[in-house]
Amino acid sequence: MRALRLSLKSRRALLGLAFISPWLIGFIFLFATPLLQSIRFSLSNLSVAPGGYVLDFVGLKNFKDAILVDATFNRILVDSVGAMLLNVPMILFFSLFTATLLNQKFKGRTMARAIFFLPVILASSAVAAAESAGLINLMGDSSAVESSTEGGASFNVISIVRMLNDVGLPMAYVDYIVEAIMRIYDIVSSSGVQILIFLAALQSVPGSMYEVAKIEGATAYESFWKITFPMVSPLILTNVIYTIIDSFAGSPVTEAIYQTAFKTQNFGLSSAMSWLYTLVIGLVLVVVGWVLSRRVHYN
Amino acid sequence: MAVSGTDRMVVVPKENYRMQRVRNKTSDLLYSIFRYALVIGISFIILYPLFLKISVAFKDKQDIYNPTIYMIPQHFTLDNIKLAAQVMDYLPLLANTLLFVTITTLLTAISCALAGYGFARFSFPGSNMLFVLVILTILVPTSTLMVPMYLHFRNFDILGMVHLFTGREGINLLNTYWPSMITAATAGGLKAGLFIYIFRQFFKGMPKEIEEAALIDGAGGFRTFARIMLPNAISPLITVILFSFVWQYNDTFYSSLFMSESPLISLKVASLPAQANQLIPQLMGFGSNSGMKADPNYVAMIVDTGILLAIAPLIILYLFVQRYFVESIERSGVVG
Repeated sequence: MRALRLSLKSRRALLGLAFISPWLIGFIFLFATPLLQSIRFSLSNLSVAPGGYVLDFVGLKNFKDAILVDATFNRILVDSVGAMLLNVPMILFFSLFTATLLNQKFKGRTMARAIFFLPVILASSAVAAAESAGLINLMGDSSAVESSTEGGASFNVISIVRMLNDVGLPMAYVDYIVEAIMRIYDIVSSSGVQILIFLAALQSVPGSMYEVAKIEGATAYESFWKITFPMVSPLILTNVIYTIIDSFAGSPVTEAIYQTAFKTQNFGLSSAMSWLYTLVIGLVLVVVGWVLSRRVHYN
Repeated sequence: MAVSGTDRMVVVPKENYRMQRVRNKTSDLLYSIFRYALVIGISFIILYPLFLKISVAFKDKQDIYNPTIYMIPQHFTLDNIKLAAQVMDYLPLLANTLLFVTITTLLTAISCALAGYGFARFSFPGSNMLFVLVILTILVPTSTLMVPMYLHFRNFDILGMVHLFTGREGINLLNTYWPSMITAATAGGLKAGLFIYIFRQFFKGMPKEIEEAALIDGAGGFRTFARIMLPNAISPLITVILFSFVWQYNDTFYSSLFMSESPLISLKVASLPAQANQLIPQLMGFGSNSGMKADPNYVAMIVDTGILLAIAPLIILYLFVQRYFVESIERSGVVG
């Protein structure tokens, strides 16, 4: 026992290390090592040999190939980053709005909450893939039946565009709004976690603040912008980052990287692509984080 | 928004008071109608695909081409469900998936709780730096690690130990459950960084005095954790277990990477359309004549029914725990 006679401080330190040791081991062997290896792979030509693999150093050739030679990669990359930049504000706006709505007291609130978080449970890329395959089949024939029986009953986008244009909104906004309406299901189904985070934030706002505002004669609109919004603004940053990360889980780029690695067996090119992707996402995160954190109010 | 109400304290002359009240009442009523319209509308958007699938699951084949049918089928039948279950090999598949997902979920919850506690309550050299690395694991896209992880598990070997004892070039762990078990047990599985973060935030908020009392009473560090801290951490535990369960159940990325041939629901669902096309003529008694094709609309019906069967366990689970789910996340310290 004599050897174990350490000071309380270092004993606590060892205990702490013991607690995190499963994670630490996993991090070193299953995260840090693969991460460094993937840099090495991206700079070399990898060929699978019996019982292992052989690496030939080729410098930046893989990166050049990914950007300049590969037919689709740079287009997919630009497209999915563009889609992400469009989606993030919509999801954010919708989830903040919904969270404010669900935070109010009304009959059936529990049920509404249960329904609104259902997409968190059901969001599955496998189901989405099978669904699209099933739907194409179904649409092929029965849509003909449908259109012959009830023509024009479907939702008319053109009329909305005309109406909004007549109101005098600039075309760019109109496009954006119409886009949002068309993709309402996607937006609703990918904002479950964000609603939860905002809802948690809203409930941590002390009720006394609203009471004071009420006594001072603030309207609901004012107290939203002067109390609610500043109080949840730190979570806007969290939600933006979460949404950005979430959006690359099932993006076409990930799919392209996977195909390159396991269908065409070009592991080097695949690693280079994934690093380009990581860099782009990292850049977006840094820029967004920097811009937002300057405006966020911390208490 | 709800604060605009009748109970606002505004000093008004007596005769105006009644007017004001009526006006407030009507604006409240209008607002609540507006709110219900919104809530019901959004709920409809979410539930509509689900209702559509349920309706399809009980529809008879002859109802497909009947345009007068909306949602409620004319000829109820359980044939679709039977056929879809047959195509998917449903019950063994479900049992296998549930076992696998439960084990990985428990491993994830344990390892992440340990790590979260370690980061929340102990300071050791580099502890802050290491926590930054936890955040890094959330941020780096999994596709970056894909190829090295794949090769790593193809020739699995830690520090050359397998090579030392057996003389072989590592063990091929692909298409076994070990890769997922190992990543789960070492807090490196699906979104584990997020779970560690949730646990850390929660344990940071617990009063220190409880632990100190336990320490004085002679409990060691692990005993304090298991007996005192963990039983108090029910709400983050439920959150993490639920999220982990659901995400693991739905995961196609890791499972198709490491266990593409294993009987797991998420993998089976993705290949369901192809499989249904192939199997349905056989199952319907047309023999294995390759020229035989089933009606594409009927195949689509079976696929939709199969999807419903695949997500049914999650929906049933959610029905039971949604109350804890919503409440626990509100208090679990995601906010910090």
